[in-house]
Amino acid sequence: MAESLIGTTGVPPAGDERRRLRSGPGMLLLTLYVIFTIGAGSRSIYQLATRFEEAPLAYLLSAAAALVYAFITATLVWGGETARRLGLAACVLELIGVLTVGTWTVVDPGAFPDATVWSGYGMGYLFLPLVVPVTGLLWLRRARPRG
Amino acid sequence: MFTPLTIGLGAAALALALWCGIAALRGEPTKDRHFVGMAVVTALAVIQLAIGLFRLGAGDRPSGDTTAVFVSYLVTVPACVPLVAIVSLGERSRWGSATVAAGALVTAALQLRLHEVWGGGGG
Repeated sequence: MAESLIGTTGVPPAGDERRRLRSGPGMLLLTLYVIFTIGAGSRSIYQLATRFEEAPLAYLLSAAAALVYAFITATLVWGGETARRLGLAACVLELIGVLTVGTWTVVDPGAFPDATVWSGYGMGYLFLPLVVPVTGLLWLRRARPRG
Repeated sequence: MFTPLTIGLGAAALALALWCGIAALRGEPTKDRHFVGMAVVTALAVIQLAIGLFRLGAGDRPSGDTTAVFVSYLVTVPACVPLVAIVSLGERSRWGSATVAAGALVTAALQLRLHEVWGGGGG
């Protein structure tokens, strides 16, 4: 049963440790993280460079989000057990971030003259910032070493 | 910005997402014909980027939201499909097809956002 379940998730045999995090569904997840890194990164670089003083808190939080996305992308590419654990921790941080900032923007919109990636729980990004870390946690948990 | 192109690109991306989604459900990797579809969507996205940059250069500014958000969406759009195309070349399983479907969905969703950010209507 366990064998067939693992077979359908696309996890290759344990011999290929490094590649495991980015094979099958992991590759789908990695792609989403790359897209988010580009999206959040390009936005925050532009904002920090041109009008930082207008909404420093919002722009710094967007930059933090971009860094977390870039870090998780790197752990998925790197692979291996250490990277998997770091990735798990970063996904937890990301989830806490999107929940905290999401709630903050709803409760006290005045603190944010401009939106962040995580405003309204990632509403501007189709709530994907809320969905992706949960998917990441599920995948990284499932990809833990067997045996 | 240029509404017919936004709608056309959104529809093409949705069709690509559906097409590759079906391939993923059937357990098939992406094939040559899927890459033709990806090329079409990418070409439209590059045209959109050119038009967007041209209008920004001409002094037009998005009225629905900030220029930063608009530029961020604008550069993400043409990056999405080529990226998932490369991924699906390396991932020769149903997950490669699922990745292309996800990238195409993001492209379609970004069209909605671009339209909103530019000013909601009129193009």
